[in-house]
Amino acid sequence: MEKFTQLTGVAAPLPIINLDTDKIFPAVYLKTIKRTGLSKWLFEEIRFRPDGSENPDFVLNQAPYRDAKILIGADNFGCGSSREHAPWALLDFGIRCIIAPSFADIFYNNCFKNGVLPIALPKELVDELMDDAGKGANAVITIDLQTQTITRPDGEKVHFELGAFRKHCLLNGLDDIGLTEQKGAEIAAYEEKARLARPWQFGVVRPGA
Amino acid sequence: MAPPRTLFDKIWENHVIAPQGEGTYLIYIDLHLIHEVTTPQAFEGLKLAGRKVRRPDATMAVADHNVPTSDRGRGIDDPESKLQVDTLEHNVKEFCVPYFAVDSINQGIVHIIGPEQGLSQPGMTIVCGDSHTATHGAMGALAFGIGTSEVEHVLATQTLIQAPAKNMLIEVNGGLGAGVSPKDVILAIIGKIGTAGGTGHVFEYAGSTFRDMSMEGRMTVCNMSIEAGARAGLVAPDETTIAYVRGRPYAPKGAAWEQAAAYWRTLPSDPGAKYNKEAHLDAADIAPHVTWGTSPQDVAPITGRVPDPAQVDDPLKRAAMQRSLEYMALAPNTQLVDVPVQRVFIGSCTNSRIEDLRAAATIAKGRRVADGVRALVVPGSGLVKHQAEEEGLDRIFLEAGFEWREPGCSNCMSMNADKAINGERIASTSNRNFEGRQGKNAKTHLMGPAMAAAAAITGHLADVRQLG
Repeated sequence: MEKFTQLTGVAAPLPIINLDTDKIFPAVYLKTIKRTGLSKWLFEEIRFRPDGSENPDFVLNQAPYRDAKILIGADNFGCGSSREHAPWALLDFGIRCIIAPSFADIFYNNCFKNGVLPIALPKELVDELMDDAGKGANAVITIDLQTQTITRPDGEKVHFELGAFRKHCLLNGLDDIGLTEQKGAEIAAYEEKARLARPWQFGVVRPGA
Repeated sequence: MAPPRTLFDKIWENHVIAPQGEGTYLIYIDLHLIHEVTTPQAFEGLKLAGRKVRRPDATMAVADHNVPTSDRGRGIDDPESKLQVDTLEHNVKEFCVPYFAVDSINQGIVHIIGPEQGLSQPGMTIVCGDSHTATHGAMGALAFGIGTSEVEHVLATQTLIQAPAKNMLIEVNGGLGAGVSPKDVILAIIGKIGTAGGTGHVFEYAGSTFRDMSMEGRMTVCNMSIEAGARAGLVAPDETTIAYVRGRPYAPKGAAWEQAAAYWRTLPSDPGAKYNKEAHLDAADIAPHVTWGTSPQDVAPITGRVPDPAQVDDPLKRAAMQRSLEYMALAPNTQLVDVPVQRVFIGSCTNSRIEDLRAAATIAKGRRVADGVRALVVPGSGLVKHQAEEEGLDRIFLEAGFEWREPGCSNCMSMNADKAINGERIASTSNRNFEGRQGKNAKTHLMGPAMAAAAAITGHLADVRQLG
């Protein structure tokens, strides 16, 4: 996973409440067995017209937002399906940070697994960033993960909160599985206890069911 | 004396391996259900890192999203769908993961087969790369959806790094009125608390309505917990639960059964256990519901009307409603019973079990699907299909002009050949009415199985209680 330390880029405004992951990545494309190259289906239904041409009214089709690295969103961002294809497609497009008043739980978790930083901020602050994002070529903001600050186009700094463990993994590009494997002894000890307390949960299923 | 704990608290504490710092913990996963859509990249990750599946004996695989529901013997036409299922079959062989093959009677939608096979049991932690994993909470298990990276993590380590959720009590008391189903209960709950009402929480469904509800009814309710923002929703195990599990293929037997049942009886929430949030509903107030918009929270009783955006103050909410109504091609204040449908889908992990099929068949019996309507009935598993055929339900549906299909996710989401076409309006027993989910420009109205059958018969949204 790529490290996330600092990000400077154009922020695109996307003020849609309850933005579900079917909208972010339509179900029909879940047939892919890859996790890269998915940006061609990002927001497909609202980004393209029925004939396949770009919808000029959709923000990510408009310069300079075509190069957006940050999205400013609305409440309950990423609700619905658990598909990790949603952050994969966003990342493939170039978006590495999403700022919104609230996120759906599964989407929020999935972002961290891919080096995408979701930042929840009070609505009044998101509203101000949404205004900043409306400034076209001047909608450039900087996210600094180490100092947990967002720098607005006018230089004003906004602080954000983030759990220390998640911050540590993002800053260092750490692989969850590698970290967990370091706890191999604890996992084995748990399994021994569980085998004694709830033996019916072990050795139940055989291949060739 | 230890403070009183909720059902969720007890299951959580029984599964903590070690704290990870900052409020997160490494927790153990008792059952990992997998399907073809969210696993290819996970198995590829294992291969690249030279890792194996830690507990194949706690893993079960099935293909459900892509499989055709007709002419199964022909195989899968769509090359991408075929590749995805082939990839799963290749992976389960390579990693020795138990698998119900497509032509097995045990095959079906992953959230149907878990409880049906006795795999999903009270007190377990159960995960799957699918947000409707919440379904298994009906067993009194902590069951939730995960993304593909977490699927890989569970395959490799049988654990997950998680922060504990908060507890939310959803209490419903009273008997359900005639024509009112468990699906209407969950639609009413989502309508009341909203699509983010449960974010950060796990639901515990309690009250006499749930005590009296069958296991399948509880599964329907728990299934849609995610649509109210909660990753998981649980019903405390009781004698109904224990009777359901007894004797199933993967349920414990003999002395192990007695030991397991005794353990399960310790799980219900302690008296005086505290919840962070609560919602209370009266079953008597719940009518048959339908959705009118493009979020599961856009619900109304069938007797109601499409709302009017002009009445909404908040600008973002008003814009969202305007967009929904435009997409759904519905005018404000339209009576819901006047809305015609072209397609009906009775199926999905929400409502494709034998009780759902019986409810729909009761309406279909002796009647005919309206002209201009195409209606599909898709049983949730080979076992459900077999039982339905033993009861003659298939003949009732076929005589009424419904199509009777093979098990799979089918029209819930357009990943297989079953999709709404040309922007059809569809009465559906599934769980999401998002834009484009059931087909390009498909206009989804969610409802219970008897209501869907009523829509098929009349050709429009209909109050099942008023059918002639």
